[in-house]
Amino acid sequence: MKEIEVNTTTINFGPQHPAAHGVLRLVVELDGEVVERAEPHIGLLHRGTEKLIEYKTYLQAVPYFDRLDYVSPMCQEHAFALATENLLKIEVPQRAQYIRVIFSEITRLLNHLLNIPAYAADIGAVTPFLWCFEEREKLLQFHEAVSGARFHAAYFRPGGVHQDMPEDMEEKLNDHFKTLPKFIDDLEELLTNNRILRQRSVDIGVISKQEAIEWGCTGPVLRSAGVAWDLRRSQPYDAYDKVDFEVPVGKKGDCFDRYLVRIEEMRQSISIIQQCLTQIKSGEISVIDNKITPPKRSEMKHSMESLIHHFKLFTEGYRVPEGQTYNAVEAPKGEFGVFLVSDGSSKPYRCKIRAPGFAHLQTLDFLSKGHLMADIAAILGSLDIVFGEIDR
Amino acid sequence: MLEDIKKITELTSIEDKNIFYEAFFKKEDILKVLNELKDNELFNFDQLIDITAIDYPSREQRFEIIYILLSMKKNKRIVLRTSIDENESLDSIIQIFKASDWYERECYDLFGIKFNNHPDLRRIMTDYNFEGHPLRKDFPLTGHNEVRYDDVEKKVVYEPVKLTQEYRDFDYTSPWEGLPKGIDDYNEQE
Repeated sequence: MKEIEVNTTTINFGPQHPAAHGVLRLVVELDGEVVERAEPHIGLLHRGTEKLIEYKTYLQAVPYFDRLDYVSPMCQEHAFALATENLLKIEVPQRAQYIRVIFSEITRLLNHLLNIPAYAADIGAVTPFLWCFEEREKLLQFHEAVSGARFHAAYFRPGGVHQDMPEDMEEKLNDHFKTLPKFIDDLEELLTNNRILRQRSVDIGVISKQEAIEWGCTGPVLRSAGVAWDLRRSQPYDAYDKVDFEVPVGKKGDCFDRYLVRIEEMRQSISIIQQCLTQIKSGEISVIDNKITPPKRSEMKHSMESLIHHFKLFTEGYRVPEGQTYNAVEAPKGEFGVFLVSDGSSKPYRCKIRAPGFAHLQTLDFLSKGHLMADIAAILGSLDIVFGEIDR
Repeated sequence: MLEDIKKITELTSIEDKNIFYEAFFKKEDILKVLNELKDNELFNFDQLIDITAIDYPSREQRFEIIYILLSMKKNKRIVLRTSIDENESLDSIIQIFKASDWYERECYDLFGIKFNNHPDLRRIMTDYNFEGHPLRKDFPLTGHNEVRYDDVEKKVVYEPVKLTQEYRDFDYTSPWEGLPKGIDDYNEQE
């Protein structure tokens, strides 16, 4: 019998590597240049968010959600706000619902405007990065206008949003989203038919329908495999049931399909924002119950009761009735869920964060098997990995 | 669909919570229950969304394990709950749901719950050589060790946590519930 010599090389990829999109350590076993096994070591950015939230009031927990997936902050606040509202059994006013949808979609645009050029950069294109960052900056100004912060907004609070949009905001948004589709066309011209991008992404990292479901994939990764599943459509929250949009799906489930799905999602996001801007009416932006949302500053100046409310809300916080709930939103990366347990006090007893990237990164070993080492960078980029949410 | 779920004898206290169903089962029945929910055409809960746990130190059975499943065909979620004691273990569901691999590792890491037949039950979130299970309620918020870069030794060193100020946990809870609705309006009129 002939003996076959197994000769594999094990190399260490990361934890500091520009294509790893954060602090990912990959132990890759190679046969020549072909990947036999890729084992991710995660947790290098673990900050114990879930533990910290157990020691904070519900309101103090909100900023932690901005710091999970730091490129799509508002969608995550949204999940937490919905979970808390569900336990409190309150419904937020119409205007707040529309504002939330508008800003969730702006967040989606921000996320895809980072992921697409970062993915392109991983496989050799530099220009989209510079283009998209300019566009991101324009969108971040809207974030700043409503919340005072470009990234860590803490804008969606249980009970509504923190403050109303500035007066001329709707007009500015309208003007901006008239020009943005043109930018996406330009971006597509640069990338979609680009020979290098196609060679590096078509038929790379293929995932089938069945596999995508089995591995817990959600969001663009699942849709690229051909499953038309979008929580905004199938389990609508806030004002999503009042807008009309398409759910783009891929055919093959490779890296190129994931890229195309994201491009189309940006167009749909713009359409959703435009519909919201025509439907939105003036009104309250949070529930008027001062047991949950703080009273207006002006009221505090002459009403003792308001002053007490304000003081109690920012020291003890509001108490949430006993119970547990799971609420999920369609974050740009997939299903972002919050499993919240309350023991009746003003602090969550347990808050489990379901991050889409965690499930996606788990598939990396399976996706990269048999591909070249250089394809790992492409697959990682197409899965849209951000370590803030995976390591929590 | 709720009626059909109620026919599974292993599931108890089934509730419809509007956005999801909730049910309780005994830890011995785990494989049977999940197989039934996944394969039966009536339910089709074919996606595992999450596995997590809750620590209740005062309860007789210390940990509550939560399985969240999603059925895309029926557009429904189910939250399954089971209880185990500190020194007990429960079966891994990796044969039924491949995705459970990392979720079970996470539960093991953060709570110290052992899953039988898991092929690779290592820590996942915490540092290499970490001791203890951080999400247990008796684990201190500050942890036990802290790291810093030592300029003399030219490497990262581990030291017991030293706080310059004791961790302060104020108890703000009071019996104050506020006055009934309407008192604000009274003040406004003045």
